[in-house]
Amino acid sequence: MITEPVLRLSDVSKSFTMHLRGGISLPVFEDVAFAVHAGECVVLTGPSGIGKSSILKMIYGNYRTQKGNIVVKSQLTETDIVSASAREIMTLRRNTIGYISQFLRVIPRISALDIVAGAAVEQGRDKSLAQAAAASVLSRLNVPEKLWHLPPATFSGGEQQRVNIARGFVAEYPILLLDEPTASLDAANRAVVVELIEEKKAAGCAIVGIFHDADVRDEVADRTIDVTEYSVSAAA
Amino acid sequence: MNSAGVDSPLLRCSDLSKYYGRQPGCIDVSFELWPGEVLAIVGESGSGKTTLLNCLSANLEPTSGTVEYAMRDGTMPNLFDLGEAERRFLMRTDWGFVHQNPADGLRMAVSAGANVGERLMAVGERHYGKIRHSASDWLERVEIETGRIDDYPRTFSGGMRQRLQIACNLISAPRLVFMDEPTGGLDVSVQARILDLLRGLVSDLGLSVIVVTHDLAVARLLSHRMMVMKDGRVIESGLTDQVLDDPQEAYSQLLVSSILQV
Repeated sequence: MITEPVLRLSDVSKSFTMHLRGGISLPVFEDVAFAVHAGECVVLTGPSGIGKSSILKMIYGNYRTQKGNIVVKSQLTETDIVSASAREIMTLRRNTIGYISQFLRVIPRISALDIVAGAAVEQGRDKSLAQAAAASVLSRLNVPEKLWHLPPATFSGGEQQRVNIARGFVAEYPILLLDEPTASLDAANRAVVVELIEEKKAAGCAIVGIFHDADVRDEVADRTIDVTEYSVSAAA
Repeated sequence: MNSAGVDSPLLRCSDLSKYYGRQPGCIDVSFELWPGEVLAIVGESGSGKTTLLNCLSANLEPTSGTVEYAMRDGTMPNLFDLGEAERRFLMRTDWGFVHQNPADGLRMAVSAGANVGERLMAVGERHYGKIRHSASDWLERVEIETGRIDDYPRTFSGGMRQRLQIACNLISAPRLVFMDEPTGGLDVSVQARILDLLRGLVSDLGLSVIVVTHDLAVARLLSHRMMVMKDGRVIESGLTDQVLDDPQEAYSQLLVSSILQV
């Protein structure tokens, strides 16, 4: 590919220091390096506990990175997440990097439609356009229309999950991090998520994902990266 | 409303220390607060968070260091170089202060409407009808029946008093609100309602907030950024979710691991 990658990890290492356990250090992985281009979907693989989710959380600035660089290119600027200020990361999260997990952090008393549209409104989209886009994604994900105007606190787990997925896809992030968005979805909704991912790729979005479901992984992945190769415990 | 395109901080605290005699309250604190940001200061009792809040809000003169504030005219003076009158004017117009105990922020012997309207009078509003109209509008926004406008706050429940105090602070459209344990001492269900309300108002109005709390759940729900204090010093700071999900310092790890799981 000739284009510059929009996301580049180099020599990224993560370890957790457990001060309450006598300060022991738990190394997770070392020297992870990969780059993701616009329109490409890279899938992280490896057994549970190997650090796949940690990598996504480090890209999102949710976990700290002990060593290495995570450089995000957005329009004309480059930001290294590892050394960025809280304020820079907040701006990136609003405009550049989306993160979708299977868990919705419920915001009390805000309707499902407003939660979903909120991500696009934060990016400066007109409220009625954002709501129309939100309605369209919610209906594609088979969230019944009678629920749209209710806060999702009382929804079933699956419905909350789909509200969360809808929120991530309604906004226009150049980079999207997907942490098992299809876990525990039924086949029909899983197929919708695959479609949504394909549409994002076609629109030039760079995606890093974790999918336990092999069918989904095979459908969306352009490349896979086995995190086991970087694992510290496996090498020892 | 968000902070995009705003390229200067609203408040800058530099090397701030406060000693009570030889006893340190807070030591060498530096940070910036930007428009639209909500900053939580957490730590246990005695960690210096209330001392810091009182210095930042000009209620307490620091032993050393400065607190600069972006005035509406574009200047950024050190609060402690301002005259007493200027400081008081800031406090009554551009700032809010939500106390843990509503009685500290309310006048219990005048009506709810008069409490809410007082700040409007402080900024020069004299038209009784307009003041009453705004007051009733704000009572509604904090979910107090407008029929209670002529009642005294001492006839209100704890949660209602707290919501009334919030209305009193927000009616003058402040840019910065200080909060000291805004939900401390309230029942959990009442607490949840106040947090919902605050969260909504803060994002609708694009307020900047500095909130002191020992309750990490409150910090998680309200704040973007967080500073952890221990023995007067800031020992860790960062994005709220980052400090809570991957705390680095021993004391922060202890605080996070002490949250009760329900």
